[in-house]
Amino acid sequence: MAKVTVDGIEVEVPNGSSVLQACEAAGKEIPRFCYHERLSVAGNCRMCLVEVERAPKPVASCAYPVMDGMKVFTDTPVVRNARRGVMEFLLINHPLDCPICDQGGECDLQDQAVGYGNGISRFHEPKRAVKDKYVGPLVKTVMTRCIQCTRCVRFAAEVAGVPELGATNRGENMEIGTYVEKALTSELSGNLIDICPVGALTSRPYAFVARPWELTKTDSIDVLDATGTPIRIDTRGAEVLRIMPRQDDDVNEEWMGDRGRFSFDGLKRKRLDRPWVKRDGKLKPATWEEAMVAVAEGFKGRVGGIVGDTVDAEAILALKSLLAGMGSANMDCRQDGAAIDGANRAHYLFNATIAGIEEADALLIIGGNPRTEAPVINARIRKAYLAGLKVGFVGAKGLDLTYRYTHLGEDPAALATDFLAGAQKPVVILSREALTRPDAKALLAQAWALANPTPDWNGFSLLHHFGGQVGALDLGFLPGQGGLDLAGMMAPGAVDALWLLGADGFDASAIPAGTFVVYQGHHGDAGAARADVILPGAAYTEKEGTWVNTEGRVQRAYAAVQPPGEAKPDWRILRAAAAALDVTVPFDTLEQLRAAHPLFSAQGLVRAEPGAAPVAGPAGTAAFAASSRNYWQAEPIGRASPTMAECAKVYMGSTPLLAAE
Amino acid sequence: MALSDKDRIFTNLYGLKPWNLAAAQMRGDWDGTAAILAKGRDAIVEDIKNSGLRGRGGAGFPTGMKWSFMPKQSDGKPVYLVVNGDESEPGTCKDRDIIRHDPHKLIEGCLIAGFAMGATAGYIYVRGEYFNEIAVLEAAIREAYDAGLLGKNACGSGYDYDLYVHRGAGAYICGEETALIESLEGKKGTPRLKPPFPAAMGLYGRPTTVNNVETIAVVPTIMRRGPSWFASFGRPKNQGTKVFCISGHVNKPCNVEAEMSIPMRELIERYAGGVRGGWDNLLCVIPGGSSTPLLPKHICDDVLMDFDALREHKSGLGTAGLIVMDKSTDIVKAIQRLSQFYKHESCGQCTPCREGMGWVNRMMLRMVEGDAEIEEIDVLEQVTRQIEGHTICALADGGVWPVQGLIRHFRPEMERRIYARKGIPMPMAAE
Amino acid sequence: MSEEPQSFAFDEESEKKIAEILARYPEPKKASGTIPLLYVVQKQMGRQTGSAWVPRVAMDAIAERLEIAPIRVYEVATFYFMFNTKKMGRYHLQVCGTTPCMLRGSDDVLRACKDAGHVSGYGATSPDGLFTMSEVECLGACVNAPILQVDDDYYEDMDYDSTVKLIEALKRGERPTPGSVIGRQTSAPEGGPMVLTGEEG
Repeated sequence: MAKVTVDGIEVEVPNGSSVLQACEAAGKEIPRFCYHERLSVAGNCRMCLVEVERAPKPVASCAYPVMDGMKVFTDTPVVRNARRGVMEFLLINHPLDCPICDQGGECDLQDQAVGYGNGISRFHEPKRAVKDKYVGPLVKTVMTRCIQCTRCVRFAAEVAGVPELGATNRGENMEIGTYVEKALTSELSGNLIDICPVGALTSRPYAFVARPWELTKTDSIDVLDATGTPIRIDTRGAEVLRIMPRQDDDVNEEWMGDRGRFSFDGLKRKRLDRPWVKRDGKLKPATWEEAMVAVAEGFKGRVGGIVGDTVDAEAILALKSLLAGMGSANMDCRQDGAAIDGANRAHYLFNATIAGIEEADALLIIGGNPRTEAPVINARIRKAYLAGLKVGFVGAKGLDLTYRYTHLGEDPAALATDFLAGAQKPVVILSREALTRPDAKALLAQAWALANPTPDWNGFSLLHHFGGQVGALDLGFLPGQGGLDLAGMMAPGAVDALWLLGADGFDASAIPAGTFVVYQGHHGDAGAARADVILPGAAYTEKEGTWVNTEGRVQRAYAAVQPPGEAKPDWRILRAAAAALDVTVPFDTLEQLRAAHPLFSAQGLVRAEPGAAPVAGPAGTAAFAASSRNYWQAEPIGRASPTMAECAKVYMGSTPLLAAE
Repeated sequence: MALSDKDRIFTNLYGLKPWNLAAAQMRGDWDGTAAILAKGRDAIVEDIKNSGLRGRGGAGFPTGMKWSFMPKQSDGKPVYLVVNGDESEPGTCKDRDIIRHDPHKLIEGCLIAGFAMGATAGYIYVRGEYFNEIAVLEAAIREAYDAGLLGKNACGSGYDYDLYVHRGAGAYICGEETALIESLEGKKGTPRLKPPFPAAMGLYGRPTTVNNVETIAVVPTIMRRGPSWFASFGRPKNQGTKVFCISGHVNKPCNVEAEMSIPMRELIERYAGGVRGGWDNLLCVIPGGSSTPLLPKHICDDVLMDFDALREHKSGLGTAGLIVMDKSTDIVKAIQRLSQFYKHESCGQCTPCREGMGWVNRMMLRMVEGDAEIEEIDVLEQVTRQIEGHTICALADGGVWPVQGLIRHFRPEMERRIYARKGIPMPMAAE
Repeated sequence: MSEEPQSFAFDEESEKKIAEILARYPEPKKASGTIPLLYVVQKQMGRQTGSAWVPRVAMDAIAERLEIAPIRVYEVATFYFMFNTKKMGRYHLQVCGTTPCMLRGSDDVLRACKDAGHVSGYGATSPDGLFTMSEVECLGACVNAPILQVDDDYYEDMDYDSTVKLIEALKRGERPTPGSVIGRQTSAPEGGPMVLTGEEG
């Protein structure tokens, strides 16, 4: 520890800290533009200058290491003049177009200009204009506003691992861009908007949409992948206008994937905003009463339920209660057919935890492509890689994971590896995709064995794909005693009626003709097309609910807006259906529902004891396929989103639903 | 008493004789190099300290002390000497002559200096425009390798040392030592934040010392003739001989090696044929390359050419490149052109330099025409102060000092132009 | 960017040079070869097309060879003044206009380049495609000012007439010997060295 005196206040900070960190520890706010605590230090904006005793010149506090006994002054005439000077330089060529700038109201330059700016300009020369650059469909550029802090360049190179942004030319002609006009090939490009301290990089879809002070902010969770990124949903009236990540060092640090950030325009399209009932072979608009009558008439006999990938735990438990009340054990949440039996929670969690990746000393990825399955987790792997983690990969050849890895092979034979030998904290990331193979049980057992869990460290980590998948498993929405799984329910004559709760991720055309189908959900996607009755539910932004991320982290989200039209929160629909079906369920309120299962009493990370190893099944030899996942349009909201359609077009070319990774 | 040829180090400064190894050896180069190395690291560093040699690249840091910052014990990994031949400071063209006419002095210096600091290899970074000079240097290095003077067991000393040339590509900023290292690593020449200093973390993250071409090239002669010989020239703390470049309005512009602390007037009149039109026709002199503020004639009359004397007059010895200007000079334009230079050469990294140099140049352009308000001279001055000392490297400091010097010494001329353009008579000075 | 070629491949001469260059740097640090390889490209383009410049596809080829991101090569190519990222005339007239040259008549050299080379100004190429003219900053030969650099060669102690003469010679396909055009011995004073004359004992 080093003792540092900042403006007379003595603080102790770890050796190797910067003067800026010492100043913050002393409660002194230091203005800055280029400095960002999750990026390398550039020291170029010169806004954070402070005086250090015996230093001949003011020093850039972000880059200057502390020394024991150092005396720092943050509020002297020299410091004030230096900051005013830098501010003046930043503003002379800045367009000062705040009234038409989307950063207005949440702009570092604007805020700091209040503190250090001059009321009048002494600059009487022509201002510099810089041509705007195309960096992709999500990020809008107004490069004349750029203050060359290079945060974006460093983010792209360091965090996103796509070194495609740079500063070309020099001096006052220095420009940020890709040089060749191209979309940044990253699933994390939206973060550029957050880290840009000015209005140079702003959200393209959000352009001229709103001012920050008009927005209502609601805490929620991004359920469109399994990372569990905490988000803030910004709304005005009934409309979601923007989604931004919140900060959680255990989960996302402060990043989020582009799908979760930008697909919300799909919430306004293809929505189920009223009940529909099939009459004479055609779906017709109906009232809730008519719909419930139709449910009561059709949903009987041998019934079953399938839940989708992004459903909240409350709705899943409500459906499970309904089916149980009807005596049915036919339920499944594994639309992809993944071989997860749910018996041992540790067998389906990302036990290493996301932050735990940084503790690992060797990491092996089996199957899939973490970059498109969970870009933020992939960025964490990259961070650990940059700090020295060695990464191995068994799967398709030629994937660009944004870090170097040892490609151990393409098929399960490659799992006979000593790559993790000697590692104290090995991590094995098994893609959920691998568990959809015929040899899933063998792979699961092998991955577990490679991770070799101990009571102190369990590195076995299943990477799920969506925010609702672990919650459904935790609630046991799996075939009960004598119950049928999804494939079993697809057998002709196996069930008379099916309840699809947000289930759009399996081939609904496989449902046998004559099976009565209730579709409950928010989008007119695959499931609704096969329905006899459609019950309009709420999307994740429209309901209070609980989700569990791939680590087993229980997270609560809140309703940012009301569901559209006549749509309702899903647990309520199921409660009403229970009444219509004359089935007894143990809840009338959300509180009662949550009280019915221990899952809801926990918040945050709920770990699982390793327990026994999974039982192996027959081994296979087929190579792991290149992931066919379309990152942008992986679920109904993304498929309804014009922004995601544009991304798919730009990034995947003319065949947006096929792989181009 | 003027320096005599026998005390000149660069005896082939003008290229009157061939540069090659045979001719260089005739001039005394590579004589007993192994014996010099045999004195050991510490003794060489001590000799250089005692010689009073200060860096010839502009900053004037004591060379022996700089070497002593290098790690004393090897960790078995590379340590580098990097020689700065990016000579780009307007008014300076001395290293060019050393590289093309006396390359073996430089190469031998690299070996001795490299040995003294525990380097395993050296890179000589030469500005890209010196294409033909680089060809000579590369050929001379090949000669040295062929003669066993470099490489494994260099000069039979038991010391292994490799030396390479790296060509720059047109960026003044690469004369800044950390920018040079960045450039050598294949990146843009943007100066690094310090600490860490190159002696701890330089080229490829390894301990590195960066020295100017002339600094290194005088080392073998100092070692042969002894530190006290070198220290016998010039005033205390300003010792040695020095290659001066005299350009501008003199009758015979030239490079010349002379003793430190030589009076400026003597230097110009003895070696450069005097000021065009006579000493009284002198307007001012930029004494040490473009970054050093100009000195009006009355200071030039008796100022000495060394670090301390020039600093007393708020200027500096810099690279010892004198730019002489006679009374026909448009002095505002002459300084404005330097502002343009610094604007062009700013790397763009730091806000004050990137934004400020362009602002200064644009104001200076208006000052040339008098297209300004009187108060703007103060604004200009303040802007230079706002830039100075607020950046990562010293380019910006060097870029604003000429303007500060102009305002310090020629403010009435700047005011005259403004009034003239407005058509208002100049207010009478209250004398 | 219609001038941008579709592809670029190093020729045999370049490959030889690249091998020499890369031997100078530790293998893991071969990014150090960025500037040297940009020169190799520029030379090869000059050799093959008569226009010494660096097309973008060639920068990509460098990035691939050095295993670095293309943007890092773009950055370097545009940062350093000596790389031409646009097509050039056969001869590159580089007029030094910095103060030491300015004081000794670089404006006359500029004027002569315009007149004799038929170049409209800095950055322009003559209609016959022979000359592209640039203003360069201090070339580091100030005691021989003013300087006109043609491609890699310095012509020193220039004035209007000698510049015209030089340009006319270039047009005839001649390459006059570089150096002082008034017969000076390099950086020695005009009329001959006053020191190092060998006259001292």
